[in-house]
Amino acid sequence: MLLRYLFILFIIFPIKTYALIEVDITRGNLNPLPVAVSPLSIDKDSKEKFKKLLKKKDLGSEISVIVENNLRQSGLFNPLNKDAFLQKPDIANLKPRFEDWNLIKAQALITGKVTSVDEKLRVEFRLWDVLAGKEMMALAFTTVPTNWRRVGHIITDKVYERLTGEKGYFDTRIIYVSEEGPKTKRIKKLAIMDQDGANNKFLTLGNELVLTPRFSPTNQMVTYLSYFKNLPRVYLLDIETGMQEVVGDFPGMTFAPRFSPDGKKIIMSFAKDGNSDIYTMDLESRIVERITNHPSIDTSPSFSPDGKYIAFNSDRSKYQQIYVMDKNGKNIKRISFGKGLYGTPVWSPRGDLIAFTKLHKGKFYIGVMRTDGSGERLLTENYYQEAPSWSPNGRVLIFYRETKTDSKGEGFSAKLWSIDLTGYNERMVETETDASDPSWSSLLSN
Amino acid sequence: MNRNIVISFGFHILIVIITAMSLPFLAKEPIDLPPIISVELIQITDKTNIPFAPKARKIIEEVKEKEKKLVSEQAPPKKVKKEKPDAVPLPDEKIDKVQEIKDEKQNPEKIDTEVKQVSEFEKKELFDPNSIAALIDKSKVESAVTNKKLDKITQDQDQNIDLSGLTLSEEDALKAQIFGCWSIPLGLPYNENLLVRIKLQLKPDGSIIKSEILDHARMNKPGQGFYKVLAESALRAVKLCQPLRVPSTGYERWKELQLNFDAREMLEG
Repeated sequence: MLLRYLFILFIIFPIKTYALIEVDITRGNLNPLPVAVSPLSIDKDSKEKFKKLLKKKDLGSEISVIVENNLRQSGLFNPLNKDAFLQKPDIANLKPRFEDWNLIKAQALITGKVTSVDEKLRVEFRLWDVLAGKEMMALAFTTVPTNWRRVGHIITDKVYERLTGEKGYFDTRIIYVSEEGPKTKRIKKLAIMDQDGANNKFLTLGNELVLTPRFSPTNQMVTYLSYFKNLPRVYLLDIETGMQEVVGDFPGMTFAPRFSPDGKKIIMSFAKDGNSDIYTMDLESRIVERITNHPSIDTSPSFSPDGKYIAFNSDRSKYQQIYVMDKNGKNIKRISFGKGLYGTPVWSPRGDLIAFTKLHKGKFYIGVMRTDGSGERLLTENYYQEAPSWSPNGRVLIFYRETKTDSKGEGFSAKLWSIDLTGYNERMVETETDASDPSWSSLLSN
Repeated sequence: MNRNIVISFGFHILIVIITAMSLPFLAKEPIDLPPIISVELIQITDKTNIPFAPKARKIIEEVKEKEKKLVSEQAPPKKVKKEKPDAVPLPDEKIDKVQEIKDEKQNPEKIDTEVKQVSEFEKKELFDPNSIAALIDKSKVESAVTNKKLDKITQDQDQNIDLSGLTLSEEDALKAQIFGCWSIPLGLPYNENLLVRIKLQLKPDGSIIKSEILDHARMNKPGQGFYKVLAESALRAVKLCQPLRVPSTGYERWKELQLNFDAREMLEG
């Protein structure tokens, strides 16, 4: 009965309906996201404690400055000027007045609190979505007070991941070759620092020439090349313990040892019987295996992150080009076909791109291409630059750049630079001395 | 006294004669001024939803049918071969046959004449202002007729027009506004299906009453972190953009709106 009534009603009073209009949004802006990083609040007692211990006036502000600098350096965020903030840090951490933060065009807000708990540093932080008016993330860390810079980096990593969708790269370190003295008499030392240039340490004294340090993708081990009594030696160094061991002496020219993705092997090239080929060495058994066997010069090998393929450069087609082969040396394919010479291929940790150095018409370029050689993009051009190394998330490259010497042989310098995949965010990485051959570590907090 | 009057009269006549002789408008024929052509400026938004679409469809269909016919007329070269497969004519005969077939199929001379006719017709049209004026007058009459017809359209037909959605320029204006507000999370993978659909309820001024992610359940599923990041960025964009640039009329039509956010194109570069 009811159905009949409804049917009659439906016929008498037809409902006027409209189809739902759909609009496809396929573009957006790539402008840095406006973020407000409020100074982390700190109570009086904790402030005094940390002031004595770390000689920092306001540790809460110092940590927020680290977060702010990291976000700005990434090129994806625009930290807003603190002078425009209307709300006090302690109240903002409890309950932000979103209208106030909206007023200064902030889309995300970072607040936090620093306390001293049993002689340890406790830092809590919150990430807020200003437009939605809700909390996106809240975490707390407890560590020894001297680790306060790392806390800033870890907070940045968490914020970066939450807002961009990919892992951060801020709680990382960079190992490089520190250079001092005139060009003809350079003293080269192995050095390590945080990715933002802080906590610089020299690992060798500079008595021996050191070259091509490379981080393990899985832990804090480093392999590098050093000349001992004019013989190249491959070393293995544990950054955490400071333990160092010789992997082996290799006759003739030896180049660029690099870890396999699982950290169990080293891949490198060295000259044997007058021919430069690619070899791997198992770090446990120390068994050396030959991968390529060709009369040309094969160098700069780099494993793909899944360990199935190896990219390297070779002059087997008369000019130096990039090739990809299976891990056993089979199915060698040339992937670079552009004008100029290509070298130092490095497989991205994401696995989708290969970074390289290109020399064309007297200029050096750092670029990326897909693993099949398509989609070549040159990111930066200069007089001399090479040795790109990926950040652990595969978004940023670090490399070194040398400047020309003048007629008197002066003015030479070598500096580290970073550039992101867009090619727009290029920055010099501050180092105490001249620097070359950088290598980026994996995330320390993994 | 009389003498002065005569002299004055004589001078005045002289001046009148000189003036009459020297003034050009008296000497020449009047200039034939072209008639003023009035052009009506219209809002493109009013016309992008083309109400004449059925007419256009008919014309397109007719053209297509003609083309089909032409194709079918041109099609059968095989038939000719099949007709005389066994005959092995002399070389001269062969050539004649090929020529004959060509004439039947393509008839290039005819097409040429048609083209010429059309172009001459167009030339005439272009260089005859009277005919343009006549055409404009005609179009005015036609538009008046169509306007009358539109006025008479029944309710059902009217509804059909409303259902066709936003006009191109209205949609473009809305898209352009949201493009500016949407900060795309650059770390998202470009090879995954990450389409975020947001349904909006709007006020007449374009401000948002309610926004709802249609696949909300997906946001909290494990392994859907990227989707969550994209969905949140899309919601931020919508909130940042409000009031949205919506049409000033037809509120019933767009009071509910669905936005499909897809970043793949941008992320792929």
